[in-house]
Amino acid sequence: MEVVKEIGHSAVVPTEKKSRAREFWKKWKKQKTAFWAGFFILFLFVIALFGPWIAPYDPYEPNYDVTLQTPSMEYWAGTDEYGRDILSRIIVGTGISLGVSFSSVLVGAVVGTILGLISGYYGGWMDRLIMRWSDVMFAFPDLLLAIAIVAILGPGLTNVVVAVAVFSIPSFARLIRGNTLAAKEAVFVEAARSMGAKSSRIIFRHIFPETVSSMIVFFSMRIGTSILAASSLSFLGLGAAPESPDWGAMLSMGRDYLATSPHVVIIPGIAIFLTVLAFNLVGDGLRDILDPKTKN
Amino acid sequence: MVMSKSLVVVDGIKKTFPIDSGLLSSKKSVKAVNHVSFDIKEGETFSLVGESGCGKSTTGRLVTRLLMPDEGKIWINGEEISKMNETKLREVRKQVQMVFQDPYASLNPRMKIRDVVAEPLLIHTKLSAQERDRIVAEMLEVVGLSSYHAEKFAHEFSGGQRQRIGIARALILKPKLIVADEPVSALDVSIQSQILNLLKDLQEEFHLTYLFISHDLSVVEHISDKIGVMYLGSLVESGPKEMIFANPRHPYTKALLSSVPIPDPRAKRERIILQGDVPSPVNPPSGCLFHTRCPFVMDICKSTPPALREAADRDHFVACHL
Repeated sequence: MEVVKEIGHSAVVPTEKKSRAREFWKKWKKQKTAFWAGFFILFLFVIALFGPWIAPYDPYEPNYDVTLQTPSMEYWAGTDEYGRDILSRIIVGTGISLGVSFSSVLVGAVVGTILGLISGYYGGWMDRLIMRWSDVMFAFPDLLLAIAIVAILGPGLTNVVVAVAVFSIPSFARLIRGNTLAAKEAVFVEAARSMGAKSSRIIFRHIFPETVSSMIVFFSMRIGTSILAASSLSFLGLGAAPESPDWGAMLSMGRDYLATSPHVVIIPGIAIFLTVLAFNLVGDGLRDILDPKTKN
Repeated sequence: MVMSKSLVVVDGIKKTFPIDSGLLSSKKSVKAVNHVSFDIKEGETFSLVGESGCGKSTTGRLVTRLLMPDEGKIWINGEEISKMNETKLREVRKQVQMVFQDPYASLNPRMKIRDVVAEPLLIHTKLSAQERDRIVAEMLEVVGLSSYHAEKFAHEFSGGQRQRIGIARALILKPKLIVADEPVSALDVSIQSQILNLLKDLQEEFHLTYLFISHDLSVVEHISDKIGVMYLGSLVESGPKEMIFANPRHPYTKALLSSVPIPDPRAKRERIILQGDVPSPVNPPSGCLFHTRCPFVMDICKSTPPALREAADRDHFVACHL
């Protein structure tokens, strides 16, 4: 085969290999707040994984000699009305909170993304059906919807996951639909169509990657919301069983002692607050890096 | 030139786009392409020229069936594609590939060049990864790049190089027809000629047929065998390149030709400067579409649209009452 011999392009060609990961890390380090919030989340994950071994006391075993102790050298975060160490319960509860929120948002993200891709790519009656269904879901206040779902399915952590996942689905679907509509118009998508690519190939190879970054951002933001929702459900007695060290359940149990021993409520409250804050800060940071619309 | 058979036959295609102008106003539509007919012989380059918005890109997209014509028929290599379903169309698309105007947007920025160029192979063949890599490397060499470029991403290349990548991708299935939609208008003038020469060389080497879309007559002059001039969605003049350039019949073609710069500051010539703007395709003028701007307008032009008919010389068609 004859080779066409001429490449006299004048433009400078950047040749150094800039991997996406390295570029991401460079920008991530500049996001000071999100960077440290990310560290905190990493720390929470370690606690969630090794909680049962780290916890200084048994989080379930009552000790009626030391009920409602204020924080001391012996019990750093004090004890609750059954004399259980609050710090140990917070540590073991980390796993519950992160587990519930991650699995529920994951389910919501997967289902929502699939619906959003279908809705945005195919349009027509499927789009109308999915979007009208989302509108109906949006019409309910999130928590009310979750309460309704748990009321139907019965209390318990698994059903909390289902409830929180269900109210996450329409938000993801709408977000991904928007991204899909934009990506569908890209010239490289048209190019793929002109080559004869099937819809499945266009969706997975060309459109889905365009939606991933905003999905990651929304995912991290959504974790905070879902921790709050799961805690609220537990607080209302619809989630974790009262004796379990779930942060929401601890708030619920402790509210009777709010006047006499406020630390029983304040400490799980702080745990929820810091975790939600950290996830939101990480989400903000990720958005600044990944969302091309908010450059600098 | 040896008489060869027509690879592309376009017969009276029409495409209108609806415009939704609000809840209460009536539905309107743009006649983007209106009764356009032409044919392209195998191994030939047919160029569509006209100013932006005249429907030349839409025509290209109709020929590749990225858009479906409302009326009319399109044959590619003897197969009528205007109403073909997606499954059968996929077979036809092996033979018809496109090169796009914007080499920055037409390559997926998240894919390595190897995957970009190999995509048609993945879609239409069952070759092994090694075979694909070998063909991609070969193709990159053919378009004047190197095989090691396969590992890079699109953003690491200049505009001209990206267009070469786009051409490699279009060629990899050894298609018969390439529809090139303004393939050089996003490039530097110095790079334009390189890409045009490449396209010409490739045409000879692979016996390609081109449907070449451009607004730039000097580009078209370099590469075409035949030219079709479009105005407001209609073909107003078509014929062999030499005839169009030496003896333009339609006043619009004359005006277009007179706008091509001559690289000689002392050269004197008659410039035809058209008055007014292109009329809105939503509300096209009656009679001849060009009568609102035509310097030689007559009464008949305002009422009767002229048909495309053969002019004095063979193969030269013009739609004008003059």
